[in-house]
Amino acid sequence: MGRTLAEKVWDDHVVRRADGEPDLLFIDLHLLHEVTSPQAFDGLRQAGRPVRRLDLTIATEDHNTPTLDIDKPIADPVSRAQLETLRKNCADFGVRLHPLGDVEQGVVHVVGPQLGLTQPGTTVVCGDSHTSTHGAFGALAFGIGTSQVEHVLATQTLPLARPRTMAITVEGELPDSVTAKDLILAIIARIGTGGGQGYILEYRGSAIEKLSMEARMTICNMSIEAGARAGMIAPDETTFAYLRGRDHAPEGEEWDAAVEYWKTLRTDDDAVFDAEVVIDGAALAPFVTWGTNPGQGAPLSAHVPDPASYEDASERYAAEKALEYMGLTAGQPLREINVDTVFVGSCTNGRIEDLRNAASILEGRKVADGVRMLVVPGSVRVALQAVEEGLDKVFTAAGAEWRHAGCSMCLGMNPDQLAPGERSASTSNRNFEGRQGKGGRTHLVSPQVAAATAVLGHLASPADLSDVRTPAGVR
Amino acid sequence: MEAFTAHTGRAVPLRRSNVDTDQIIPAHWLKKVTRDGFEDGLFEAWRKDENFVLNRPERKGASVLVAGPDFGTGSSREHAVWALQNFGFKAVISSRFADIFRGNSLKNGLLTVVLDQEVVDRLWELTEGDPEAEVTVDLEKRQVLAEGITADFELDENARWRLLNGLDDISLTLQNEADIATYEAARPSHKPRTIDA
Repeated sequence: MGRTLAEKVWDDHVVRRADGEPDLLFIDLHLLHEVTSPQAFDGLRQAGRPVRRLDLTIATEDHNTPTLDIDKPIADPVSRAQLETLRKNCADFGVRLHPLGDVEQGVVHVVGPQLGLTQPGTTVVCGDSHTSTHGAFGALAFGIGTSQVEHVLATQTLPLARPRTMAITVEGELPDSVTAKDLILAIIARIGTGGGQGYILEYRGSAIEKLSMEARMTICNMSIEAGARAGMIAPDETTFAYLRGRDHAPEGEEWDAAVEYWKTLRTDDDAVFDAEVVIDGAALAPFVTWGTNPGQGAPLSAHVPDPASYEDASERYAAEKALEYMGLTAGQPLREINVDTVFVGSCTNGRIEDLRNAASILEGRKVADGVRMLVVPGSVRVALQAVEEGLDKVFTAAGAEWRHAGCSMCLGMNPDQLAPGERSASTSNRNFEGRQGKGGRTHLVSPQVAAATAVLGHLASPADLSDVRTPAGVR
Repeated sequence: MEAFTAHTGRAVPLRRSNVDTDQIIPAHWLKKVTRDGFEDGLFEAWRKDENFVLNRPERKGASVLVAGPDFGTGSSREHAVWALQNFGFKAVISSRFADIFRGNSLKNGLLTVVLDQEVVDRLWELTEGDPEAEVTVDLEKRQVLAEGITADFELDENARWRLLNGLDDISLTLQNEADIATYEAARPSHKPRTIDA
């Protein structure tokens, strides 16, 4: 019987297989950041163990880093101490580090792919659940906890039970207004936050094949929000073209050998998935969340749902709690929800294509009075590219703030946070209670919806903007 | 890791689904660089409400958390497990756990027990009605016991063996160092490297 993409990559990394034991899997690339690594390095020190493969390990700083005044000492002493701990650990153990201020610094899941380190058929781990992003290259990539970070540092392997596989097939042509973000939000709403639990997802079908690498990363990034540790897309010419010439991509004969291998990384025709979901891409529309988990979403044209409409008691209760926290009323049109803040950035939507998409909407328009808009590039390289293309000027001319690279407002670990009760339209990945700051209320959106929302002051898509290419104060 | 064989304690019924790790321990607590001292951050936002179940005086000292489905979703932060343990929890019962949280728990000796929602409902009713009711989680027998409730649970044999013996994963893996070296020697040369070795 044939094998799925995930099974092929898995099998190619089995170091040891024995009855009654999980497989011992080799890890090709280990990404580190400051938040989930300190206790792991401590563990190594206590046991007197070195890092086994420094040449497969790389670190950057992203979660704690401020996006303003990065040349000054970090104001929060606890954040500063955590960054200093990473620097000391990397120096002590010999790990390559790209700290704040370095040209290769950025959100860890933006840095790996842009350096060409994330390659098809590799296993990639990081102490961060959004490691699933790297699956866009046909890599088997998943987030791990700190104990596992220590395990990989010490052994370059992980003992893991083999997950099941689920195909998410998206056929048909996505309408022009529909982005990768809308697609993945719709998928999560369909299968639920636990729907992918225990599975590796493979996104496939004609609509997926047409997506750019950056759009594929947006999709795979949010696999974890459907409960799946990993999501994958088979590598193809789009993947190879993205990788060619990057710093760590193979060259010459090595490139040819690599591509030959990469081309084998497709699910065989006679392979069987443990589960399959089919999505009609042509039927999709811009999608936003209304609740406090990423599965609580709906098309922008819809209304806030009535909790009473849920048959399942636990879902009904969750919806009631969500509306209460979000300050929303059942039946309210989603388009009429006003926001205070718009955030464009994160490992979900902080790459150059995302910034181009947001800028194309903002060009010649203004952010609505009373709305604060933050644009945070996913990495220093993304920022430099955006400046070269003049995107920063588009953002600042529209009244948005152009910041330095980092995780920023995706999570409340750095100075960029919502105040209690403040509401955001955010291109990030989690709308959990307090995720963007205590009491903050988050609506997950695409970069295009974020930009249109910034202009109009309420949740909106670019289609709502047809007549608003003038300075606005629309609220 | 501390070995886990069986534990008996009073319970905290947490009637919420999708309890994500941002709720269990908010991000600003993640700046700490130790594995302890997270107890005050556990469910920090919800504990501001004095009626929140964890704040009720009758729940003081309880050590078994009984939660709704999809417990531990979201961020991979192991700090969520440390926070539960620092607070005094020895076991968490739910009908479904997020994968990464469950893996993290088992690495730290916090037992995560999957039971049907129907049994979780009965545990909620029992422990809400009688805060003194004790719940036993027996890993050797793979059973949860409480007044009127006997429920078997599953846990893969290898994970159970490691928990029962409190074994350190890294030491176990390093016993197979020769296999790792053999694998490394055969890796294709086109695989990426972060530095020249």
